[in-house]
Amino acid sequence: MSAAATETPTGGIVVRDILKQFPGVVANHDVNLTIRPATVHALIGENGAGKSTLMKILYGVQKPDGGTIEVDGRPVHFSSPTDAIKVGIGMVFQHFMLADNLTVLENVVLGAEKLFGIGEKARAEIQRISNAYGFGLDPDVLVEGLGVGQRQRVEILKVLYRGAKIIILDEPTAVLVPQEVDALFVNLRELRNSGHSVLFISHKLDEVLAIADDITVMRRGETVGEADPKTATKKQLAELMVGSELPSPETEESTVTDHVLLDLNDVGLVDENDRALLSKISFQIHRGEVLGIAGVEGNGQEELVETIMGMRKGTGTIQLDGKDIASWDTRDRREAGIGFIPADRHRHGLLLDAPLWENRVLGHQTRKPSSNGFLIAAGDAKSDTERIVSEYDVRTPSITTHARALSGGNQQKLIVGREMSGDPVLLIASHPTRGVDVGAQAAIWDHIKRARREGLAVLLISADLDELIGLSDTIEVILRGELVGRFDPRTVTPQDLGEAMTGGKS
Amino acid sequence: MNGPSVNGTKVLRTLAQALLAPLIAVVVSVIVTSIVVVIAGASVSDFWNVILTVPSHRNLVNITNQSSMLFLAALAAAIGFRMNLFNIGVEGQYAVGAFVGAVVAGTGFFPGKLNVVAAVLAAMVAGALWAGIAGLLKVTRGVSEVISTIMLNAIAGTLIGYLLNNHGQQYGQGRRTTPIPESSQLAGWTPWDAVDGSIWTLTILAVLAGLTMSFVISRTRFGFDLRATGQNENAAIASGVKVKRMVLISMLISGAIAGLVWMPALFGQADYYGPPFQHQLGFTGIAVALLGRNRPLGIAFGAVLFAWLSEQANPLALVADISPSIVQITQGVVVLAVVVAYEVVRRWMAAHEQRELKVALGAEARA
Repeated sequence: MSAAATETPTGGIVVRDILKQFPGVVANHDVNLTIRPATVHALIGENGAGKSTLMKILYGVQKPDGGTIEVDGRPVHFSSPTDAIKVGIGMVFQHFMLADNLTVLENVVLGAEKLFGIGEKARAEIQRISNAYGFGLDPDVLVEGLGVGQRQRVEILKVLYRGAKIIILDEPTAVLVPQEVDALFVNLRELRNSGHSVLFISHKLDEVLAIADDITVMRRGETVGEADPKTATKKQLAELMVGSELPSPETEESTVTDHVLLDLNDVGLVDENDRALLSKISFQIHRGEVLGIAGVEGNGQEELVETIMGMRKGTGTIQLDGKDIASWDTRDRREAGIGFIPADRHRHGLLLDAPLWENRVLGHQTRKPSSNGFLIAAGDAKSDTERIVSEYDVRTPSITTHARALSGGNQQKLIVGREMSGDPVLLIASHPTRGVDVGAQAAIWDHIKRARREGLAVLLISADLDELIGLSDTIEVILRGELVGRFDPRTVTPQDLGEAMTGGKS
Repeated sequence: MNGPSVNGTKVLRTLAQALLAPLIAVVVSVIVTSIVVVIAGASVSDFWNVILTVPSHRNLVNITNQSSMLFLAALAAAIGFRMNLFNIGVEGQYAVGAFVGAVVAGTGFFPGKLNVVAAVLAAMVAGALWAGIAGLLKVTRGVSEVISTIMLNAIAGTLIGYLLNNHGQQYGQGRRTTPIPESSQLAGWTPWDAVDGSIWTLTILAVLAGLTMSFVISRTRFGFDLRATGQNENAAIASGVKVKRMVLISMLISGAIAGLVWMPALFGQADYYGPPFQHQLGFTGIAVALLGRNRPLGIAFGAVLFAWLSEQANPLALVADISPSIVQITQGVVVLAVVVAYEVVRRWMAAHEQRELKVALGAEARA
């Protein structure tokens, strides 16, 4: 806990008890954040932790359902970004919004012509800002000729030109190479020294420790803690991000058998530039076993899942119940009994504008009761959807409701119910409880435990260490596409996992 | 939950959803067309009198014949549209199909009616192969089907011209394929007097194709995969759909149906491929497909509407002193209005569904 939180601020932003609900999902609750004037404040958390919702609330894109925001000690209410800009809050999005065929000057004045006109006064102002913070931008060059780092500086210049005192940067380093990151940090320090506040959103812990004066951590929609970058270690931050309380989804007694169901041997995958996405992945999952994969997001989890599902073609051997399935396509693998709960249900799991019963058919087009070979068996599919709706407690007015209308938790319960249909032997669950409410989370945990009891092999990928430790029989840690450590969840500590996930150094 | 009333409102809502958007679209396009007529300096009442007058027998026959061809062209485009495949090449595909069909029929290799069957099949295969080029380019080289089909349209025109010039017959001012033997010509059905013309026999192809595609898309596994791919390609891949194969098959089916487009006219009236060949059906078909929301029933309605407007517009210049081309504005406005109206109604329905869900779940939570 940093001392800053208890001080009475003389400027900056104070956010108290922000609440934001979407139908069925609480995106933000109990969010408290204090940005001291003239500091760089880092906001960190895994994807889906609620960072972008908070950011949109601060920039007036979305209205909170509760809580207060104070800027310089005065309460403010934003109904649009224009209001946010008026009190001096500016935002730089991860994806730049610049017109390539206009000059720096034209891009900056676009939409702010009233401030300094579009001529010499504007040019002078841009030059002044550029010199003051070491941006080194020429107002008259075309944006199409600029590199990524320079474009980002144009974006920052845009918000400064509009008089921003507080600048929100959404994952600013995601698009930069290391040298550009260093240059950005030099600029940010200049800004801080001249009295600007910066809210720096990231999940790269090294960078956060290098630049931030204060750190706030978000998890599952709430701010869970603050850290002082002078004393905090990467490991501690990782623990805060992914949770280190006692496991709530308690493990039951082991049901692991010695029947190997899924056997990966030296599986590799490269992207179109021959860069390795996965290499030397080998593991086995037995009947009745849950294998958890821990890792910081983007270290190959998605690629691993898609390789096992046959959506990407890798190297090495994959055996399902003794049969080599490497040459099988996705449909063959599904028919052989692989159930798949994708990480992004909207992208990979649902037809949002189709009724629930058609979503029941998805992935089961070739199998009873959804189809009888050539035709879709609408009647049987509908009655089986009724079964899923009642057994898995999907809250919906009817099975002809469109999937889009359901809350995230209910969509996910429908997917779990679907993937558990048709006697699966292997369940791949990728972030099965992400973005769902607490009730649905507990239900989904129960279903995974039941699957394990019934003798399924389960591959569980999660960013939530509580979930992994609570549900898994074995935990493998993935880092840069390789498995780097194997742990027993009964004895492992979140610290051990955090260390392995970040490469062993704090 | 109170079953009967919920079901009652559900039926009403489905009906409203089906009828509301077309109704809005028709009203809007009537208003816009009227304004255009006023701007053109003509009488609005004269215009609508001409368009809405009861068609003569001859007009009815023409509307029926034209509708069948427009329907087939729109159906061909719609198959692709249902899976986000923008086959703009129906124009070229039906030209190639029509030409090949006419050539095969002209050879008279098979006797009598068997010759008709052979020619129709040849037209379908030719259309399918022509579309298949675009499909193959897309799945192997990633070429956008929009670009390749547009280019194939131009190539089709040139290729047919070349073949006619070098291998066709001279006939009057133009050139044509060998006329089909008399035994293969289809007299059609003459509902009124002979001077009113006859409804071509092969208009039945439109009915058959419509029923078949309607069944295939809504009831079969293939249709489900096709719709799933159109709605969410990633989810379709994750569900086991082989999207590349689907692209190729859909292009082939689309082209095969396009090959049928001119068959009713070939055997019912033209007897050969040459100057009487009716161009532009492929492009108009795209508009009709949009108008019909890519559903066979909607397309049928759209095809009749377009055929009606074109046919009824003919006396406009005489009676109301307006160019008949003005109905093309009406046709365009109808399509635009339908697209917009459907989106508006869809959003309204989605919001309604969300509210209903909240109410239903809220009641459940309190109980």
